[in-house]
Amino acid sequence: MESNDILIMVMPNESGKVELELESIVIQQFGDVIEQVILDKVKEMNVEGITIKAQDKGALDYTIGARVETAIKRAM
Amino acid sequence: MKTILGRELPDYIEGYGEVTPFQGAFKDARIKTRVAVKLTSVNPSDQKVLANLEEAFDKLNLKDGMTISFHHHLRNGDHVLNMVVEGLAKRGLKDLTIAASSIFPIHEPLVAHIENGVVTGLVSNYISGPVAEAVSKGKLKKPALMQTHGGRSRAIESGDLHIDVAFLAAPTADTYGNINGVHGKAACGTLGYALSDAEFADQTVAITDNLVPFPACPIQVSQVFVDYVVQIDSIGDPAGIVSGTTKMTKDAVALIIAKRAAEVIKASGLVKDGMSFQTGAGGTSLAVAAELQEIMQREGVVGSFASGGITGPLVEMLEAGLFKTLFDVQCFDLEAIDSYRSNATHQAMSASMYGNPHTKGAVVNCLDIMILGATEIDTNFNVNVTTGSNGVIIGGSGGHSDTAAGAKLSIVVTNLIKARLPIIKDQVTTITTPGESIDVVVTERGIAVNPRRVDLIEKLRMTNLPLVTIEALKIMAEKITGIPKDVPTLEKIVAVVEYRDGSVIDVVRQIK
Amino acid sequence: MQKLRRSMLFMPGNNPGMLQDAAILGADSIILDLEDAVSLSEKDSARILVREAIKTIDYSQVEVVVRVNPLDTDYGALDVEVIARVKPDTLMIPKANEQEIKLVDQMLNQIEIEEGYVPGSIKLIALIETALGLENVYNVIQASKRVVGVLLGAEDLTSDLGIERTKEGQEIFYARNKVANACRALKVDSIDTPFTDTFDCEGLAKDTTKAKSLGLTGKSAINPRQIEIIHSVFAPTEAELKHALRVLDAMEEAKKEGKGVCSLDGKMIDAPIINRANCTVDQCIRLGLISGEDGAR
Repeated sequence: MESNDILIMVMPNESGKVELELESIVIQQFGDVIEQVILDKVKEMNVEGITIKAQDKGALDYTIGARVETAIKRAM
Repeated sequence: MKTILGRELPDYIEGYGEVTPFQGAFKDARIKTRVAVKLTSVNPSDQKVLANLEEAFDKLNLKDGMTISFHHHLRNGDHVLNMVVEGLAKRGLKDLTIAASSIFPIHEPLVAHIENGVVTGLVSNYISGPVAEAVSKGKLKKPALMQTHGGRSRAIESGDLHIDVAFLAAPTADTYGNINGVHGKAACGTLGYALSDAEFADQTVAITDNLVPFPACPIQVSQVFVDYVVQIDSIGDPAGIVSGTTKMTKDAVALIIAKRAAEVIKASGLVKDGMSFQTGAGGTSLAVAAELQEIMQREGVVGSFASGGITGPLVEMLEAGLFKTLFDVQCFDLEAIDSYRSNATHQAMSASMYGNPHTKGAVVNCLDIMILGATEIDTNFNVNVTTGSNGVIIGGSGGHSDTAAGAKLSIVVTNLIKARLPIIKDQVTTITTPGESIDVVVTERGIAVNPRRVDLIEKLRMTNLPLVTIEALKIMAEKITGIPKDVPTLEKIVAVVEYRDGSVIDVVRQIK
Repeated sequence: MQKLRRSMLFMPGNNPGMLQDAAILGADSIILDLEDAVSLSEKDSARILVREAIKTIDYSQVEVVVRVNPLDTDYGALDVEVIARVKPDTLMIPKANEQEIKLVDQMLNQIEIEEGYVPGSIKLIALIETALGLENVYNVIQASKRVVGVLLGAEDLTSDLGIERTKEGQEIFYARNKVANACRALKVDSIDTPFTDTFDCEGLAKDTTKAKSLGLTGKSAINPRQIEIIHSVFAPTEAELKHALRVLDAMEEAKKEGKGVCSLDGKMIDAPIINRANCTVDQCIRLGLISGEDGAR
């Protein structure tokens, strides 16, 4: 994966909740923001019961949103 | 107690001592003393060559708590530091201070010795890799002392940094202790960082994998400073000695930054016969050299010298007649080593001659143009190259503050954003080089000139270059990245950052 | 003032770092590419990424062009549908002929109404890269008022023709002439094919000069390094500018003196010469080489 990008993997889960595992090279400075962007996108797409694994290499919000959307659309 | 830059410091730091806060780049008293050296004279019947390192340890006056020193010319290929510390640990020595001009990832075994108390102190100008992480986590008993290349020489020569034994990795040594760096399988070129150590240590051991009959010409470290010579199988891995950092970048953004920096240099009026120039070995910095080369060729300018760590592109400029001389404190690649070996105008210099502020004039004082990197810059132009913005040590000044202080025009070249982190901040995590030494910051999205340099602002206004304030650059970056959260640290001081004059410019605290 | 399209830089559509930096590389236009630069398995992710990039990133004065996939593939129509809704400046239509341009024009009419954009505000550039498209280029341009330019795609064109593509480019002599002439006739920009050897600066300068001499108004680039060279070729030389200003001065002088005709250095100045001088001065003003006041004397 290139820097400035984020790798998103999604899978359904039984809990009915959104579960997120986030790794990021800027977790201390932007971890909260990245998490929020991912969760907002999931909510916007009306998805529940999903486990998301994210590996971030310094992606900006627009990239994070785009990658989450792609991953979810591919899974549906 | 505060530095002139507003950093709050304790009066006394356990494991370091009394703190003299930084008061400005040239504010210290100018009358200095060079320390006298205690030595054991060598008689005609004495033999210097010993059978192995163990015999050297037997002969040396080893004791707990002593300071031993190493140079970093073998960089990330160095075998000597690990070997010596391992040997001393086996002998049960403890509480050692390692004064190594730089520490690299290859020195990872030091971490274990830090954890078990064999090593309790570190003095270095640049620390990267596992040792840097261990220090950041507070594993070292005393705070690490981080100096500049010139500051280290100053400290050694003034007695502030007393070295009990200097272990000198020697690509070639003769039986009477003369050393050079241009021959042997671990050839590294010049030995600028080894010279003060050799001269001022109580005892000096040359460790070589290329022992030759007396004399080993050209002599770079003289026999008069060397007590013993030890031959081992390998002092270093050539692949790690000449590193891959010196390649020209193809990155489009870096090239734009380089082009802009070259235009700033040109507009400054400093491109003229007799000019002098230094740049780091990073991709963007080397690209600036390439751009400058084009300008000099076009305008038919012949410079006086280029200096610092020397790379192939600078050798090319010497050979093309664009500079009359190279002042070389260390060679970064094989082209530089070859050139130093064969070209008399490729002049070696010691770290002291390079940047020591307490001499009768260092080479940095003669510099016109200096190209620098940065991890962070604050709105007062203070630069951090010591820690990442997460507080972990990732390097150190090296020659950063020395050259910035000396040069007429110091330009920081950097991407405005690196992996989502904005480079310009209100406060840098650690101050390495004071803003008073930095004249211009060149980024891909704008150029900020230090308001102190009214003359330069006037000149740059006549160009089409995108001038902005440093505050505007900061806002521009944060608009793209968002505002990063401050990373909190613990109270414990894990490193003391000394300015080149020996005052304390900042401290590094333990990460959480 | 109409924006210049001296250089149009292709950028891969699925690379976030490059999308972020696209605006600062100096090109007059950037082409965010969903076609050749994106593998089949990433067409969806690139489309979404480019959409988000256009929504978010400040490209300031740089024209944002998106090259969609050909409309006869599974991706083309979806690209137009998704990207047009975030209002790029321009869409670039590959393998263009009249039919494709008309189809996209209709789609855009609908989208602009639905999104409340000014009708006709999303422009089109036709990528001429087939023998049929080339032969019909005049009608392609006229197929929609949205068409503001043509980009000549020589790699695909020569492949369609079954001929070899060379560095010298003799094989596209006709295509360049044809495109340049049709574009000039209909007053749209004509953009030359990229020069693919990104390390050969001299070759690029030569190739660009050739395109300019045949009447093309700009050139596409596949590497940021190429932009400066392209701009230097398309900039009027100092001599050209000086001469143009003297022509206009002489004309003013003649007007003041009430003369019907004027001459410069013993040569008669007629309407085409004045027209050319005006064009040169206008371009210099737009390039910032002279101020508007200098030109408007």
